[in-house]
Amino acid sequence: MSLARLWAIMRKELIQVRRDRITLALVVGVPVMELLMFGYALNAVTDHIATVVFDESSTASSRAFAQSFHNTDYFTIVRWTPSREDAMRAIDAGEAKVALIIPANFGDQVLGGRPATAQLIVDGSDPSVAQTAMFSGGLISQVQSGAVTVEALNRLGQSSNSRGGIDLRPVVLYNPRMLSVKFMVPALIGLVLQMQGVLLTALAVVRERERGTLEQLIVSPVKSGELMLGKILPNIVLCLFSTVMTLVIARVLFNVPVVGSTVELLLLTLPFLFGTLGIGLAISVVARNQAQALQMTMFTLLPSILLSGFLYAREGMPLIFQWISLAIPMTYYLQILRGVILKGVGIEVLWPQTLALTVFAVVVMGVSVTRFRKTIE
Amino acid sequence: MTTDDAPAIEVHGLTKRFGDRIAVNDVTFDVKRGEVFAFLGPNGSGKSTTIRMLCGILAPTEGTGRVLGYDIRTEQEYIKQNIGYMSQRFSLYEDLSVRENLEFYAGIYAVPRASLAARVTELIAMAGLQGREDQLTAHLSGGWKQRLALGCAIVHRPPLLFLDEPTAGVDPVSRREFWTMIHELAANGVTVFATTHYLDEAEHAARVAMIHGGVLTALATPADFKAHYLHGKLFAIRSADTLRTLAMLQQRTDLSDVSLYGDAIHVLMQTGDREDLESALRAAGITGATVEVIAPSLEDVFISLMKRP
Repeated sequence: MSLARLWAIMRKELIQVRRDRITLALVVGVPVMELLMFGYALNAVTDHIATVVFDESSTASSRAFAQSFHNTDYFTIVRWTPSREDAMRAIDAGEAKVALIIPANFGDQVLGGRPATAQLIVDGSDPSVAQTAMFSGGLISQVQSGAVTVEALNRLGQSSNSRGGIDLRPVVLYNPRMLSVKFMVPALIGLVLQMQGVLLTALAVVRERERGTLEQLIVSPVKSGELMLGKILPNIVLCLFSTVMTLVIARVLFNVPVVGSTVELLLLTLPFLFGTLGIGLAISVVARNQAQALQMTMFTLLPSILLSGFLYAREGMPLIFQWISLAIPMTYYLQILRGVILKGVGIEVLWPQTLALTVFAVVVMGVSVTRFRKTIE
Repeated sequence: MTTDDAPAIEVHGLTKRFGDRIAVNDVTFDVKRGEVFAFLGPNGSGKSTTIRMLCGILAPTEGTGRVLGYDIRTEQEYIKQNIGYMSQRFSLYEDLSVRENLEFYAGIYAVPRASLAARVTELIAMAGLQGREDQLTAHLSGGWKQRLALGCAIVHRPPLLFLDEPTAGVDPVSRREFWTMIHELAANGVTVFATTHYLDEAEHAARVAMIHGGVLTALATPADFKAHYLHGKLFAIRSADTLRTLAMLQQRTDLSDVSLYGDAIHVLMQTGDREDLESALRAAGITGATVEVIAPSLEDVFISLMKRP
C-alpha cells in the first residue's frame, strides 16, 4: 500500500466530482429536493382540506360551528354555497374535498340544548384525505358540542357536572403532533445515503472502464486495494457531507432537530455506509456501462424503500416480507436514524442494529473486494 | 534479477490459450535495448494478447518471458513499475486538465515530489502543449491527446515503452510528429515496442515482427523484408482499359498477387520476366500497356505473406 498512489487517486476523484455537474447534483441537489418533496408535497398528514359549507341554518351558532372547522389547520373553507346541490357539485368538480352541510334547525336545536346534527360529506377517492377529514371533523364536533352543551346548560341554570361519559386523552410520545415530516426526515437521510453511496461508487469504477482508463491503471503499479480505497474514501466524505446537510435542512426548514448526539449518529452511520459502498463496488464489477450501473442502483433502492419501514411500518407486512426485510441494511439503519434523531437514544440501545449493519458491511465488502480484485488482475 | 545489458524483451515459446482458442501460438523473439520494434498484424491476430502478457497482466499458458530482465510470470510488479504503456484509446481523464493528467500519472508512478514540477513542465513542452496546461483534456484535438497520452506514459522515465496501436484515429501530420518523438526517445536509449496494423507505420521500426493467427510468421528489418520475403518480382502495369487488363491477369495461374493500386495493377510473378507479361498482354489484344519492375512496399510483402499457406 503506497500512500502516494492512494493520495493521487483520491485527489483525482475529488477533482472529478467537483467538475461533474451530475455528481454534484447528486450530492447536493438530491438531498435538498427529496427533503422538500417528502417534507411538503408528500406530507401524509393532510391539512388545509378544501371545504365548502352549505349553511341552511344561517345562525350565529351554525356560523361559529363552521368557523371552528376553518380555525383548525385541517380544513380551509373555500366557499359558502347557496344549496346542497351546489355543494355536491363542488366535490364532483374537485373544487372541494369536503362539504359541511348544516340543516335549517341547527341553531334552534343548539339554543334548546338538544342534540343538533350536521352532515360532513367527504370525497373518499384519496383515503388519507378522507381519513383525516373524518377523524378531525369528528374531534371538532365533539369539542364544539361539549362547549355548546355547557353553554346551553349554563343558560338553563343547570350544573354542567351532570355530564357523564369517558374522557380519553391519548398521549403521543416523540412526535407529539404526529407530523409525518418527523417520521420522514430521518428516513430520507437513509435514502439519500443509499442512493449516493451505491451510485457514486459504481459510477466511479464503471466510468473508468468505459473510457479505457481502467486498462491504463491495470498496467500501472496501482494495487487493487489502493484503487478501491482511493475511490471509497472520497465517497464516504461526500456521503457524510450530505448527511450533515440533510440534518441542517431538517432542522431549519422542518424544525426536526437531532435529539440525541449528532456525532454518535455519524459514527453509527459508518457501518451502513461501508455496506452501501460495498454494494456499489459489487455493481461496478458486474455493470458494463453507466446506464447499467444506474439501473442496478435503482433495483437495490426499491426493496430498501418498500420493505424497510421507510414508508410503511414493517409490523403491518406479511411475515415473509418481515423476514426478507431483516436482510436489508436500510431496515436497521432506519431504526438507528429514528432512534437517535427522534428518541435521543444511542449505541446502548441500538447496538443490535449496529452489529447487524457491521456484519452486512463486512460480508458485502469482502465479496466485492475479492470479485473486484479478480476483474482487475 | 535485472541486468542493464540483458535484452529489453526475450520470450520463448510464448503461448496463450483461451479455452480451445489459441490466441498466441509458440511465439519466440527478443528485443534489444534501445530498439524500436514493431509488432505488425491484422486485428485479432494476437498482438494485444502478447502485449498484455509482456506487461505482466495476463499469465501465459506456456512459454517463458523476461521483460527488462524480470520474469513475466513472477515479477509483474517490477515490470509494471519500469514500463510505460500507451493504448490506442489514449486513456486520459477527459475531465482533468492537461497538467492534472500528468500529475495524476506522476503520482501513480511515484515520481519524487522534488522533480515532479520540472518533469511536468518538460513533458508539456515535449507535447507542444504550452499555454494549454489548464485546458480540459476533453477539448484537445486527437493529435494533442495522443502526445499528452505519450507524456503520461513516460512521466516516470521508463526504459521500455509499449505502444498499443498508438496512432489510430490521428491525422497524418500528427502521426509523423508522434514518430519523431518516438525516435527521439529511442535515441535516448528507450526501447519501444509498438503494435500496429498500419504498414507504413511499421517502416519506422528497426525490426518488424509479422504476426498472423497467433503465429509469428516473419521477423526482419523493413529492408530485409522487401529484399528477401517476396517470392518473385513485383510489376506495375498501366493500360487504357484497366479493368479488362485486371480481369485478364487474374485468369493467369503464374501470378500470385494481382491487385489494383490507383491507376496501376500490381502483379507478383514467381518466375518469368517483363517480356513474358508484355507478350501476354499483346496476345490478349491489350495494346499500349506499360509494364515496369517496382520496388515492393512493406504492404506488398505483408499481403504476400498473409496469403501464403
